[in-house]
Amino acid sequence: MTALPRPASFARLVSPRSTPVLIVVAAIITFAITSGPILLAGANPLAAYTEFLVVPLTSRFSILEVLVAATPILLTGTAVALAFRGGYWNIGAEGQLLSGAIAAAAIGQLEGVPSLVLLPLMVVGGAVAGAAWAAGPAYLRVRFGIDEVVTTLLLNPVALLLVNALLHGPWRDPVSGFPESPRIAAAAEFPALLDRSRLHLGFLLAIAAVVVVGYVVARTPAGLRLRAVGLSPGGSRFAGIDVGRTLLLTALASGAIAGVAGVGEVAGIQFRLTSGISPGYGYTGIVVATLGTLTMPGVAISALFLGDLTVGASSAGRALGIPSQLGPVVQATLLLVTVALLAIRRRRTVVAAASPDAAATVSGALAAEIAVELPPGDAPADGRDAP
Amino acid sequence: MRAAPGEAGRDASLVELRGITKRFGPLVANDAVDLTIARGEVHALLGENGAGKTTLMRILYGLTLPDAGEILVEGRPIAIRSPRDAIAAGIGMVTQHFSLVRPMTVAENLALGRGGIVFDARDARRRAADAAERYGVRVDPDRRVADLSVGEQQRVEILKALARDCRVLILDEPTAVLVPQEVEGLFATLRRLVADGLGVVFISHKLGEVRAISDRVSVLRRGTLIGTVPGHTDERELARMMVGRPTFGVARTEDGPPDAAEAVLRVHDLRVAGRGVDALRGISFDVRRGEILGVAGVSGNGQTELVDVLVGMRRPDGGSMTVGGVELAGASPSRMVAAGVGRIPEDRHASLVSELPVAYNLVLERIDEFTSGGRLDERRIRDHAEQLIARFSIRARPEDPVATLSGGNVQKVLLARVLSRDPQVLVVSQPTRGLDVGATDDVRAEILARRAAGTAILLVSEDLDELLALSDRLIVLYEGRIVGELTAGEADPERLGLLMAGRAVESAA
Repeated sequence: MTALPRPASFARLVSPRSTPVLIVVAAIITFAITSGPILLAGANPLAAYTEFLVVPLTSRFSILEVLVAATPILLTGTAVALAFRGGYWNIGAEGQLLSGAIAAAAIGQLEGVPSLVLLPLMVVGGAVAGAAWAAGPAYLRVRFGIDEVVTTLLLNPVALLLVNALLHGPWRDPVSGFPESPRIAAAAEFPALLDRSRLHLGFLLAIAAVVVVGYVVARTPAGLRLRAVGLSPGGSRFAGIDVGRTLLLTALASGAIAGVAGVGEVAGIQFRLTSGISPGYGYTGIVVATLGTLTMPGVAISALFLGDLTVGASSAGRALGIPSQLGPVVQATLLLVTVALLAIRRRRTVVAAASPDAAATVSGALAAEIAVELPPGDAPADGRDAP
Repeated sequence: MRAAPGEAGRDASLVELRGITKRFGPLVANDAVDLTIARGEVHALLGENGAGKTTLMRILYGLTLPDAGEILVEGRPIAIRSPRDAIAAGIGMVTQHFSLVRPMTVAENLALGRGGIVFDARDARRRAADAAERYGVRVDPDRRVADLSVGEQQRVEILKALARDCRVLILDEPTAVLVPQEVEGLFATLRRLVADGLGVVFISHKLGEVRAISDRVSVLRRGTLIGTVPGHTDERELARMMVGRPTFGVARTEDGPPDAAEAVLRVHDLRVAGRGVDALRGISFDVRRGEILGVAGVSGNGQTELVDVLVGMRRPDGGSMTVGGVELAGASPSRMVAAGVGRIPEDRHASLVSELPVAYNLVLERIDEFTSGGRLDERRIRDHAEQLIARFSIRARPEDPVATLSGGNVQKVLLARVLSRDPQVLVVSQPTRGLDVGATDDVRAEILARRAAGTAILLVSEDLDELLALSDRLIVLYEGRIVGELTAGEADPERLGLLMAGRAVESAA
C-alpha cells in the first residue's frame, strides 16, 4: 500500500524547516556508508573524514580554494532552488551554465573593449544565453504541458555537444590545435579578489545572487506569487495569479543565474572555453538546492559544505595515499542519501496532504497488488463520502 | 436500529458487518452500523452524499480501517486490513474510478493480478474469453481498454473481480458514469450474476434505480443506518428515510426581496460538455439583489461544473453569465474577482494555498494592493489579517499555515477573503460540509448577513436542511438540467428528494 508506517521521530528530522539537521543527517549517513570503501583502501575512515572536512579549513590557501569551488555551485544551487520553489523542475542548469559559458567565451574574445564595459557585457550576455537555453522547455511546459524534467534534462547533453562542436570547429585553438577556445582578452578576465588566490569576482556575483534571490522570494509580490504557484498551482490560479506567466519568468530567471555560473568559470578560472568547463556543476546545483531545502541560507551552507568536500577529497588522496576517486564516491553517495531523505520527506508530505485514506483510494483493487507511486502534490481527491 | 429481516433468509448471509464505526476527526462517518449481505441478493446502500455509504464499503474492502466493529464472512469473524485480505475473503469492489491500465488489452488487464513469472499472451486471452463466457459478461479480450466505452470498462472491472472468485461484489455508484442504455445492460448482467448466487452491494442515491434492481435497501443518513427495507418500498418512504426531517440551526427569518429587485447574476442557456453525457445542458436562472437562490441536487448532476464556470475555473461550451450586465462566461478568476464575484467553491483547500500562512492567503487575490516600494508590506498584511481574524472569529494566528487549521477555520479564511471585499455576487458551494455545529452556524450567519447587505447569492448544497433554512428560492438540478423550481414556501424535503432523484412531480416547473 501507499502509506507505509514509519518512525515519527525520523520523519520529523527531515521536516521542511530543518536545513542544518538535514545536512548533518545526510553527512552522517553518507560517512557511515562510505567508511566501507575507505577501509578497503587501507585508510582510517575517521582520518579520511578529517582530511575531507577539517583540513581544507586549516590554511588560508585551502579556505580560499573552498570558496572558489563553492562559487559555481552557489550559482547553480540558487538557480535550481529558485525554480523548484516556483514548482518548475529545472534539471537543466548544466546546459544553461554551458550556454552562458559559450556566450562569455564569445564576448570575451572581443579585443579593445575596456573592462568596465566588457565585464558587465559578459555577465549580461551569459545570463541572457542561460535564459535562452531555458526558454524552450519553459514555453513547452506552459503552452502544452510538456514535462520540463525531461526537456530540460535532455538539453544538457545538447549544450555539451554544442560546446564540443565549437571547440573542434571555429574555436579550435589556432596555436596549439587543442580543442580549446582562444584565450579571452585580458580585459575580459574577472579580477581576483585577493592576492595569491584564484578567488574571483564570480564569488561576489554568487553571493549577490543568493542575497537577491532570497530577498525577492521572501519579500516581494513576485516572490509571493512564485511561492504560491510552487505550493499550489490550483489555489494560485483560483486566486487570480497568472500561473503560466509566473512559471515562465521563474524558468527564465533560473536559467539566467545558471548562465552566470558559466561566465564565472570562463572569465574567472579557465579564461577560455573547454569541454571540461563544468564537471557537472549544474547537477551538483540540484544537490545543493535539495540539501539546502530550497532556502537561500540552506543553499549557501550546503554549497560551502560541498566546496569543502571537493577541496578535501583532492588533498585526502595525496595525504592518505587513498585513491582520489574516493572523493567523487563520497559526493555521489551524499547525493543519493540526500535524494533518499528528501524522497522520504516528500512521500510523507504527500501522504499527509491527502488523507491516508485518499492516498489508498488511488486504485481500488490494483492497489493490493501493485505499489502505486503518487505524483508529487497531486494527491487524488477521492472517496467523496469521506470528508 | 435493528436491520429488518429481508426477503433473503438469514442463513444465506454471506457477509455481516457488526457495529462498524469510523470517525474522521470530529465527523462520524459510520456510527455503529450493522449490515448483512445475503447470497443471491442485490443489496442497495442508499443515502445522500456524505452519508457514509462509500466509507462503509471501503472498510469492507480494506481500503479504510474502522475504529470499531467486526466483519464476519460466512459466520466467521475475519480481519480485513487491506484489499488483499478482502479479495482472499471473496470480496470484490468496483470503485468509481477504474483501476485499469488503459494502453493494455482487456486480457492483459485481467492477467495483471494473477502473478507468476512468465506472461503467456495466448493463455491470458483464453482465460479472459473463458471468464467472459462463464459469467456472461460481454467483452472482447483483444480490445485496448483505452478504446472501450465507459460501460465496457466497467464490465472489465466487474470481470476482474469475478475472475478472482469473489462472492460479494461491491459497486460504488456504478450508474453515475453510464448512459441509460448501459444502465439496462449493467442491470441485466447483475441479475444473471445474482441468480448464480453472487451477493451484490449497490451504492446509489437514485431512487428509481434502487427500486429497479434491489432486493433489499439499507438507508444511511449522516453515518447512521436508518433501516433496511424491501426493495419495492415506496419511493416517498425511501426519500423520507434518506433525507430525514429538517433540523434548523441558523435560518433565514424575514421574507425574501421584493420581486422587483434587480437581477444581478443572470445565467442563460449555460452548457458544459462532459464524458458521454453533457454535464450542463442549458441552464438559465437569475439571482436578485438580497436573494439566496439554492441549488439542490445529488452530486454529479452538474453542480460542480456550474460552480466551476461561475468562479472562473472552467470555460463553458455555450451560454452566457452576466453580473450587473457584464458578460463573464469564460472569464479568468481575476476578472471574476474584479467584477465583484465572491467565490467559495466546495473544495476549500484547492481554493487556498494551504502551506502559506493565513495572512498571505487573505491577500492573495490582490497582492499588489499590499505593497510599498516594490516589496510586500508585511505590516499591513498582518494588520489586515488580524482585523479579519477578529471579525470572522477565526481561531488562528496570521502566521499559521492554512494547512494547520481545522475545516471550519479554513472555511472562515476563505469567507473572510471573499466577504472583506463586499462582493455583488456570492457563489458558494457546500459551505458547511464537514464543519462542526458551531462553525456551521457561524458560516450560515455570515451568508445571511451578506443577503441582508444586498448581495445576490447562489448557494449550492447537498444538505437539504441547509438549503431549506437559507434559500429564498430553490432550483433542482438533475442530469444537467433544471427539473424544478420551488419557492421557500413550497419546498419540503420530500418534494425535493423526489425531484433530486429524477422523479419530477406536479410542482415541477
